[in-house]
Amino acid sequence: MNGLSFSFHDAALVARPSGALFWPAERALVVSDLHFGKVERMARRGGPMLPPYELTETLDRLLADIAQTDPRIVICLGDSFDDLAAARATGEAVAERLAPAMAGRRWIWIEGNHDPGPVGLGGEHLAELTLANLTFRHIAEGGETGEISGHYHPKARVILRGRAITRRCLLIDAHRMILPAYGTYTGGLFCHQPELANLMQPDATAILLGARPVALPMPR
Amino acid sequence: MTAHHPSLPPQIEGWFSSRGWSIHPHQRDMLSLSDQPCQLLIAPTGGGKTMAGFLPTLAELADGAHKGLHTLYISPLKALAADIKRNLTGPIEEMGLPIRVEDRTGDTPASRKKRQRADPPHILLTTPESLALLTSYEDAQRTFAGLQRVIVDEIHALSESKRGDQLMLALSRLSTLAPNLRRVGLSATVEDPQAVAGILAKNPDPCAILQADPGPDPDIRMLTTETPPPWSGGGGKYAMQAVLDQVKAHKTTLIFHNTRAQAEIFFHHLWLANEDQIPIGIHHGALSREQREKVEDAMIAGQLKAIVCTGSLDLGIDWGDVDLVIQVGAPKNVKRLVQRIGRANHRYNAPSKALIVPANRFEVIECVAALQAVREHTLDGDTDHTGPLDVLCQHILIRACAGPFTADELYAEVRTAGAYADLPRDTFDRCLDFAATGGYALRAYDKWQRLIKRDGVYTLRDPRGTQRVRMNIGTIVDADKMAVRLQKTRGGKPLGEVEEYFASTLRKGDTFLIGGQVVRYEGMREMNVEVSKTPYQKPKIATFMGTKFATSTQLSDRILAMFRQDDWPELPQHTRDWLHLQRKVSKLPERDRLLVETFPHDGREHLCAYGFAGKNAQQTLGLLLTQRMEEQGLNPMGFVCTDYATLIWGLDQVSDIPPLFSRENLLATMESWLADNAVMKRTFKGSAIIAGLVDRAMPGAKRKTGRQATFSTDILYDTLRKYDPGHIMLDITRQEAMRGLVDFGRIEQMLDRIGDRIDHAPLTRVTPLAAPLFLEPGRIPIQGLANERLLDDEAERLMTTAGLEFGPRVPS
Repeated sequence: MNGLSFSFHDAALVARPSGALFWPAERALVVSDLHFGKVERMARRGGPMLPPYELTETLDRLLADIAQTDPRIVICLGDSFDDLAAARATGEAVAERLAPAMAGRRWIWIEGNHDPGPVGLGGEHLAELTLANLTFRHIAEGGETGEISGHYHPKARVILRGRAITRRCLLIDAHRMILPAYGTYTGGLFCHQPELANLMQPDATAILLGARPVALPMPR
Repeated sequence: MTAHHPSLPPQIEGWFSSRGWSIHPHQRDMLSLSDQPCQLLIAPTGGGKTMAGFLPTLAELADGAHKGLHTLYISPLKALAADIKRNLTGPIEEMGLPIRVEDRTGDTPASRKKRQRADPPHILLTTPESLALLTSYEDAQRTFAGLQRVIVDEIHALSESKRGDQLMLALSRLSTLAPNLRRVGLSATVEDPQAVAGILAKNPDPCAILQADPGPDPDIRMLTTETPPPWSGGGGKYAMQAVLDQVKAHKTTLIFHNTRAQAEIFFHHLWLANEDQIPIGIHHGALSREQREKVEDAMIAGQLKAIVCTGSLDLGIDWGDVDLVIQVGAPKNVKRLVQRIGRANHRYNAPSKALIVPANRFEVIECVAALQAVREHTLDGDTDHTGPLDVLCQHILIRACAGPFTADELYAEVRTAGAYADLPRDTFDRCLDFAATGGYALRAYDKWQRLIKRDGVYTLRDPRGTQRVRMNIGTIVDADKMAVRLQKTRGGKPLGEVEEYFASTLRKGDTFLIGGQVVRYEGMREMNVEVSKTPYQKPKIATFMGTKFATSTQLSDRILAMFRQDDWPELPQHTRDWLHLQRKVSKLPERDRLLVETFPHDGREHLCAYGFAGKNAQQTLGLLLTQRMEEQGLNPMGFVCTDYATLIWGLDQVSDIPPLFSRENLLATMESWLADNAVMKRTFKGSAIIAGLVDRAMPGAKRKTGRQATFSTDILYDTLRKYDPGHIMLDITRQEAMRGLVDFGRIEQMLDRIGDRIDHAPLTRVTPLAAPLFLEPGRIPIQGLANERLLDDEAERLMTTAGLEFGPRVPS
């Protein structure tokens, strides 16, 4: 598997094709916005009944990332569950598959706006976490440096010889990094839209996911 | 003189005679047969069709005894409903009849819509979508109690579309609510009235078919010009001056084009050549409503000498004094041509005048074939129409909104719609299960099912679900579009729409044509494309998609029949010489054989297969053949196709032709190709929206800021294929693709036709018939460069330009 290595606040990091971030020095694996239980929540509210395979698909990818990187610590950057009811409804199925992977590792559930409370799966529940000189939280805060967050589900569109290519992406500038959503059924926000364009510095870089992640100046 | 009719009240008789008008024979026939459960009237445009449809209603309502809704009138166009309201209200007032007429469309204010349900007018004019919505309310029973007649206008246009299928399912519901309901269809000339009648009637009721006098034969010719048409391409630019001369010589001319892009380009050139400043307008479906209405008003007011238009003017709004119709580009389909010609001379019993302008040399042959067909009164047959299942799924949800139902009742009701008469019970049950539970192999939604079955009765679990179903009603699925607005005008004057994909390829400074003017792309603001005016630049052409029609089987057959002639005195000399030359150096294609030419050209090997299967099927054939050649290591590099042939080029010569075209090989390739294909994903998206698997994106709805809630349906398609390959949505997608864009049916027809009679002509140079294909636009490269490779190049270039640096790629 081809990741893209880069440095952020003196930390050597790797953007993995799956959308996970790996920090070899700390053996930390970071994923954001898993949104487990999204289909369940949509159906519960009288919405569409989407193919109920997103849990399996997302877990398959997460377990593969864990198997390949063998992390000491796994950080889920919030919105791991689509809401607390979804956490209750799907928690057991998730626990069953995650338990072997959680054993012997530090596992952090950062709180998100969708899951602002303990999800009853073991591991630690934190509002945010600081590791070496990097801070992990769900939603980016102004003025912080060395911050890694999620929440916005960034994606980017580039036009290549008349062909438009849209990909999930990581956004990185001198101060902060925003990770893409890792969950299978998660929409995205184009990085050229104001919420993200205003958040990131003018010289920000986008790493577009794919079989081999690729870095570009952030499309605006 | 008015013939007296016993059932016609004196007010109506008086109105006709006071104007010195007589009732047409077919209008009288409609009256005398008005107690039949189903009537279909086939009449040419201008034959007083609408009045024929409404006369029995006026007669029955004349005494003022009927309370509530009596007649429902359905038209495919909102504008038509408004038009009919005007044309009906006048006579009703003049006759002094106690009849209330109202229309109800997407544009009707909510307060009036609500009142219409509680206190419906005698005559309600509406569209298929608005009717489907009406039947979804719990008080539908009350609204439609006492309904006597339903009139479906332009049923020929509806009978081949999903909108028609939705309408007929709604009528199946109305016939349950109002058992005495009589159905009336009004149709333009069609090849097979029986087929339309079968779709209209409540199965198995009979349907009386009335044919109005078709009037005199049209005066239709091919426009001959000094310059011969070009070898390839479309648009008819070469005939600009001749068309302008015709416009000058007539009162009002409609100039039809097959695609919006061609209409735009033609209009642009016409305007440049228009030295006398003749008032000419443009009208097509991608223009903003304001723009279209402006043109329509100017037309009605008689201010325009000509309108350049597309199918958006196909349906029968009365434009007054049109005395010439010009069709630019081969008509592709005889029925459509005849209906378009009918737009000229909207007076009964006057011949319509029309000219066809072939856009290229091959189209000369096609136009001559079409003219023969018109003269011989043979239209294109309707293909078998079985009701699509995505529409059925939506109907089941609409039915659930109105109240509880049982599967047996609904199944019986659905089968009264002709297109669903043969629907197998297990297919219905799968659709019902999909609507109720999602229909997944993994029973994930036991707790949150959309429909709950209790004691054999289905009800909606969550009453909030009704709103969602209602917001998603409809069977038209558009590509995502973006409004185009002029910068720096108050409120940003809307010019029209382009597809989101097209907008995404624009860069600041690019110019394109819309509404006949060249505009310059300035940027994107709040999901609008902002443009400025630039009158003098050469445009980059807007590629917004109009409907692309494939040449009908009948026309293809006629052309192949012409090829059997020894000579072609009916063709212009240049086209005649061309066919003779082809016969001399190779041969002409034949109906029951397949001609495959191979020849080297420009350092590459070429293969040209004359399948005459229509553009979509020839394109599919191109994809299948190149995939097969790729597997055999023949290095195909690309292909291009027309309605008649597919031309493939590559590095290696193909020597063994017949196995390429064996049915087994094509089918096997088809299976593997279909699965992972953009066509399938596009088709899946359409069917997923119609069937209610995902919500329709609301036009004009403010996009959620922050995180986006929607995601690509491609992910759903991939997930289903991986985890639930037997799911009904995949079956539906396959069915729809096969009869839609893939058009495999036409390939199979071709294989039936040719059997094993394949003629391989190995030649040393390009043949006359193959030559135009080299100029044809729309060449498709075989998996050109992979996206990853493109991305890498671009990334390197951009990062270098921006002076940014990133660490080396490492295995992780």
